[in-house]
Amino acid sequence: MKVILSGNEAIARGFYEGGGKVVSSYPGTPSTEVTETLAESYKDKGIHVEWAANEKVAFEVAIGASLSGVRSMACMKHVGVNVAADPLMTVAYTGVNGGLILMVADDPGMFSSQNEQDSRHYARFAKIPCLEPSDAQEAKDFVKKSFEISEMFDTPVILRTTTRISHCKSVVELKDGEIIEGRGLQRDFQKYVMLPVNAQKRHVFVEERLKKLKEFAETTELNIWERGSSALGIITNGISYQYAKEAFPEASFLKLGMTWPLPENKIKEFARSVEKLVVIEELDPIIEDTIKAIGVEVHIGKNRFPLCGEYSKTLVYEIVSGEKVEKKEPLTNLTKRPPTFCPGCSHRGLFTVLSKLKPFVSGDIGCYTLGALPPFTSMHSCICMGASVSGAHGIAMGLKTQGIKDKPVAIIGDSTFIHSGITGLINMVYNQGDAIVVIMNNDTTGMTGGQEHPGTGRKATGEETVKLNIEKLCQLIGAKRVIEIDTYNLKELEQIFKEEMEKEGPSVLISNDPCVLRYRVSKKPLSVNKEKCTACKMCLKVGCIALTFIEKAEAKYTEIDPLLCNGCTVCQQMCKFDAIEGGEK
Amino acid sequence: MRVFNVVIAGVGGQGVLLTSKIISETALLQGFDAKQSEVHGMAQRGGSVISHVRFGEKVYSPIVSEGEGDLLIGFEPLETARYIHFLKKDGIVLYNTYRVSSITVSIGAEKYPDDIDEIIRKNAKNVFALDGTKLAVEAGDKRALNVVLLGASLKFLPLDKNIVLKALENSISKKVLAINKKAFELGLEFFNDIK
Ligand SMILES: Cc1ncc(C[n+]2csc(CCOP(=O)(O)OP(=O)(O)O)c2C)c(N)n1
Repeated sequence: MKVILSGNEAIARGFYEGGGKVVSSYPGTPSTEVTETLAESYKDKGIHVEWAANEKVAFEVAIGASLSGVRSMACMKHVGVNVAADPLMTVAYTGVNGGLILMVADDPGMFSSQNEQDSRHYARFAKIPCLEPSDAQEAKDFVKKSFEISEMFDTPVILRTTTRISHCKSVVELKDGEIIEGRGLQRDFQKYVMLPVNAQKRHVFVEERLKKLKEFAETTELNIWERGSSALGIITNGISYQYAKEAFPEASFLKLGMTWPLPENKIKEFARSVEKLVVIEELDPIIEDTIKAIGVEVHIGKNRFPLCGEYSKTLVYEIVSGEKVEKKEPLTNLTKRPPTFCPGCSHRGLFTVLSKLKPFVSGDIGCYTLGALPPFTSMHSCICMGASVSGAHGIAMGLKTQGIKDKPVAIIGDSTFIHSGITGLINMVYNQGDAIVVIMNNDTTGMTGGQEHPGTGRKATGEETVKLNIEKLCQLIGAKRVIEIDTYNLKELEQIFKEEMEKEGPSVLISNDPCVLRYRVSKKPLSVNKEKCTACKMCLKVGCIALTFIEKAEAKYTEIDPLLCNGCTVCQQMCKFDAIEGGEK
Repeated sequence: MRVFNVVIAGVGGQGVLLTSKIISETALLQGFDAKQSEVHGMAQRGGSVISHVRFGEKVYSPIVSEGEGDLLIGFEPLETARYIHFLKKDGIVLYNTYRVSSITVSIGAEKYPDDIDEIIRKNAKNVFALDGTKLAVEAGDKRALNVVLLGASLKFLPLDKNIVLKALENSISKKVLAINKKAFELGLEFFNDIK
């Protein structure tokens, strides 16, 4: 049967068809839907699917499952591999029992990421294979292929996609699920206990394995030589293949489905067969550097192609042909539309108060990062998940040595707190830090589309489970002041901040209002009484798209779109003239 | 058939993805190769979103290039204008005239262009406008806008109405099927008298 699937849905299907048994992942755009699809559509197929607390945990769970004798996978976004890098670098030594995949989705163009790193470096770094599909059909097929390579060569395999592979849909032929016998738990001291005596031997194994993988790369059907005109030869991978194929249908192609290690002899032979050799790969020159290192001349590669951003058919055509394509330019000076908090979001009240009090806010990654944008501009650093809490502690300590009193505020979401904020808080309390930590517990992983986590009390499949009590956890860690806050009550919230600023030592403020998008919370819309509105624009400070300021010759006032307003009353509390009416409490 | 290129633009949360999903699934059911591209994550929080659908005998790139689009389906006027350069010279614009404010407008940093409808008409030859949000509310739920526009777009797509309906039924829950069928019909009828 043929269906249309996104790359991520296809990977989920491939996991099922390939006899996969355990998946443990942490959400992250653009990788999230692999695990969501497995949890929704394949949970009855004898597959264990879970959201883990973070990527390191997820990958270690997958490693454990592999040791137990079944095929397993952990999925994450590119920056997640940084978190999982510790187990990755050593499981590369131990190898596997059941097939083991680390599925990673990179984000060239940074549609929703904090950096644009190229995860293929990890395959080179760990000396393990990297497979890269170029459409959904391959995404599905390469899962099974990855399992086979993993078991054949005793190695974890990186299955790498990019946003355009993960989130593009194309036609996929479905097959039945394979039945793969479990191999049973393996006890092998020399293989799995990485004490120096054993690791020294395993390192030798890793180097030998890489040689064998190189030989395999020469003959595998993952790397396809499409013979075309000898005038132009293109070596490419992933989505770039699709752009190049459409731009230069007559060219010869060496399409690499396995991008680490590379088939050096095949590349040399391909290069000899064409007059002009072009290498097209988004982000870093992983393929190109290797080609140059084996003494093959590359005519066009990163000398003309950008290192930053994603590619397109037009970009590929223009760079390779040297001709400009005639195209319309986008209209200039159009009103911008950046992302923003949903109407009714619990983060809005928090940032409304912070933009008034103006402390230094050590930020984190989640919907609340939007508090860094106008009108709030109330986040002053944001580096990676968890860094808000540890960072705020560092700021406080640094200020102390300079004799400056300016208590910083850390803001972190519930999912992010569990991911990597807890250790930061333990550290802050232990080292007697001096910062306010705000935990925005909206009962979901909002930014990535509303996934469950240990604090929601539900598993990836929706089943009920133990619910982590964040408040109690903070108390157990030793935080003396743990206070529940209501971000829909601006006056009270401001008062709490002012009081905690004056106190010494860590304060933990926890908001427990649910995500309005995930839980579809909505109250009656408010409206503006035009007679009372003085056009002072105070309400606009809450940054809500339900509000529009109308400027007509006859009158100026704020208007509320009833189709958008969620009735949260935050704007109403800003109005000194009682011009905003309605509202339930 | 040569590749037919559709660009669908709107505001995060308006349901752009469902419309593109139904179009690509219908194309597959009619025997075409089809590809679709969308953006998830950050942009969905009230930001500008774009989705591409391409179908035909063989499709490589899942992205419509600038100047290549046959049809632009705009869920919101400003977002229609933002992606209008994706259209080819004689491409068609079908858009919802109901305006959704942008956060930059709501905070008073920018103005919503009053003449947005004119801007659209100035930059494309074949423009078809409807208040899809009003029709969706009439059908029973403002969220059915995506299905109103799906219905309306069939006037300009080489796709079979009955197969679209089948794909739609497979994609939405029974609970809201009646509302969506109504929305679909309202959209479908809207451009009936245009030849
Ligand atoms: C290491 C890493 N993993 C995953 C992500 C993707 N990601 C961005 S924000 C976020 C979590 C947001 O949830 P939460 O902290 O609960 O805040 P909310 O968005 O609900 O406000 C995730 C998983 C990331 N940026 N970095």
